[in-house]
Amino acid sequence: MSTPSAKENKPLLLIRLWRNQEYRSITIQIITMVVLFTILGMIGNNVATNLEKAGKEFSFGFLNYPAGYDITFQPFISYSPTDTHTRAGLVGLLNTLLVAFSGVIIASILGFTMGILRLSSNWLINKIVYVFLEFTRNVPVLLHILFVYGIFLYTLPVPKKAINISDTVFLSNRGFYTPAPVFEDGFGYVLISIMAAILIVFFFKRWARKVQDTTGRIYPVFYISFAILIFLPLFTFFVAGSPLSIDMPALKGFNFKGGTSIKPEYIALTFALSYYTACFIAEIVRGGILAISKGQTEASHGLGLKPNRTLQLVVVPQALRVIIPPLCSQYLNLTKNSSLAIAIGYMDVVATIGGITLMQTGKEMETMIVLLITYLFFSLVISAFMNWFNRKMALVER
Amino acid sequence: MNSSLEKGYVPGKHPNLPPPVKTTGIMAWAKQNLFSSPMNIVLTLLSVWFLWTIIPPFFEWAAFNSIWTAGNRQECWDQMSSPGAGACWAFIENRLSLFTYGFYPTHLQWRVNLSFIMFVLALIPVLYEKMPYRKYGLIYSSIFPFIAGWLLVGGFGLEKVDTDQFGGIMLTLILGVTGISFSLPIGIILALGRQSKMPVLRILCVLFIEFIRGVPLITLLFVASTMLNYFLPPGTVFDLLLRVLIMVTLFASAYIAEVIRGGLQAIKKGQHEAGDSLGLTYWQAHRLIILPQALKISIPGIVNTFIGLYKDTTLVLIIGMLDMLGIGDASLADAQWAGLANEIYIFVALFFFISCFGMSRYSIYLEKKLHTGY
Repeated sequence: MSTPSAKENKPLLLIRLWRNQEYRSITIQIITMVVLFTILGMIGNNVATNLEKAGKEFSFGFLNYPAGYDITFQPFISYSPTDTHTRAGLVGLLNTLLVAFSGVIIASILGFTMGILRLSSNWLINKIVYVFLEFTRNVPVLLHILFVYGIFLYTLPVPKKAINISDTVFLSNRGFYTPAPVFEDGFGYVLISIMAAILIVFFFKRWARKVQDTTGRIYPVFYISFAILIFLPLFTFFVAGSPLSIDMPALKGFNFKGGTSIKPEYIALTFALSYYTACFIAEIVRGGILAISKGQTEASHGLGLKPNRTLQLVVVPQALRVIIPPLCSQYLNLTKNSSLAIAIGYMDVVATIGGITLMQTGKEMETMIVLLITYLFFSLVISAFMNWFNRKMALVER
Repeated sequence: MNSSLEKGYVPGKHPNLPPPVKTTGIMAWAKQNLFSSPMNIVLTLLSVWFLWTIIPPFFEWAAFNSIWTAGNRQECWDQMSSPGAGACWAFIENRLSLFTYGFYPTHLQWRVNLSFIMFVLALIPVLYEKMPYRKYGLIYSSIFPFIAGWLLVGGFGLEKVDTDQFGGIMLTLILGVTGISFSLPIGIILALGRQSKMPVLRILCVLFIEFIRGVPLITLLFVASTMLNYFLPPGTVFDLLLRVLIMVTLFASAYIAEVIRGGLQAIKKGQHEAGDSLGLTYWQAHRLIILPQALKISIPGIVNTFIGLYKDTTLVLIIGMLDMLGIGDASLADAQWAGLANEIYIFVALFFFISCFGMSRYSIYLEKKLHTGY
């Protein structure tokens, strides 16, 4: 507070550092910096002494040493114990991303369904979903994971007595065995036709929009696009001579051969994370749809739009604006919760780098830093994308 | 027709209309809420079938066929028509003291009991606004964590108990209560720091909050259990429980800070200006004007964060601390009782459900009470 009398106080310079608002803010910041750097310096010093005492050195060289442990689930890149720790970490990271990706899809489907059922006028189904939601949300996710995994482990039979679903799918406590597709020559044509179908649909939509703008005629865009997307690839598939065969699982000895085996750890983790997150998504969806005032629906009916066009053109676009930000943070939560994989022995990035690699090399500092940076990187990328998306979707007000 | 209108109502001449459709009563309610359209009829029938296949067998298992006293799994199964036909709650009963006290020495368990009672007494002034002499009650509540810490750990005249022996409900409550009571003030300070006009403070707070929110709690717990000791002067022994408590508190306070920031941003600029024009300092204005309003808005978010924190305390089992869920999980390894996972998980789930559901109901009550409306 600079008053005319400030000049008279000139001798008391130190007091002015505290009394004057601008000086004070600078003083506080300088003190904070000094304290911070002192603490950081002390920590750095302690780390150096402690490491020296323990006879370790700070280096990331261990990442290039052979890992020496096996990873039971490696669907994307091949890995053997002679590979480096980096590769082991990469396999773990891909496993994390796999759970996150499949979890997000399943959670969205379940969550949107439950959210809409919660708005249903049917009292009974409304209450059933409500009870399920409340119960699931108020129980720790780790318990859900252990519980689902426990069900697989204790109630499913051993591979020899696996539950047989019409000789195609086998359920056992070592994994689920399903038929695997084997791509043969000529499957490329099918892929090309799928892309062509997507392109056609894209241009058809633009053309239909143009027709509607000029003449007012509305084509059933959804059904026609759906038909194009399904039948064009199917047609190509048969013309190319069905270039796809199916590898069936069959019991040989103590385990299954052929087909794909899906590990129970993966299924338990994905399933538990999905339905746990879906409960939060359901509440978000319900809140978002309820946030759209009834006047919007009535106005759109008043303009002569049919109920499905109202939903599609008026309610959903507005509800999405409310739904998307919290939805994204739920997706982030799911990704972070996938780190609980270590509790049931699913080899994700925490279990590989932060678990076995740490145990074997004794490099606590380095492995933890790698792990934290990995997660930070993904979180920041996703939240940057979220912010961009939010800005794009934000209401443009006059 | 015309003449009757002029004359008004003529007795005995009214038209014979059918009675109106019932809008009250059970049948009318069912018609409106369960069978209003073909789709709804299908949904209702499906749900009834679903409930019918789920609920009776569950109650048969959990209540009618359950066994409450047995020495081990075999004794339990011998009392049933077939193994697994009913729940073996005897397992829980057998482990109840382990579930409550963990491995706390038996002759000292009165200290845990005393702190449970003191905990309930400390909750009353916080939750119940009309309590007489609430001011003194709140002072007691704010020093309770320290008294309980002294009681449980010992020292200063009490026999010392190693924190390795903590476990069960007691450990869950220690983690939850400490996290909740310390993360709120730290969260408020972080939120204010993030809004501050001083760039150094602001950047520090943003970095801290974004770092904590960007990584999963389990990695922070790993940091606490493996890496944190390197940060301390050589030779210092820093208790694992204390390290975990610090991490859990910091984790929750970053989330609390974001919730409160939302509340602060919702406060109009006029409120700040009003405080300035009254001649209030920064802290006075925040204590008397800004924070009461901001906190009121953020109550649902704060309680949600608390519930999340309370549920997340189960993660300590991964770094080898035996909380409520950890004790349950460890009990499953006992050969005498192996395979009774459902009983254990249902028991632990019920415990968490009751505490978390209670918290969320209380937050709804508080929200309604504080909603002054305008």
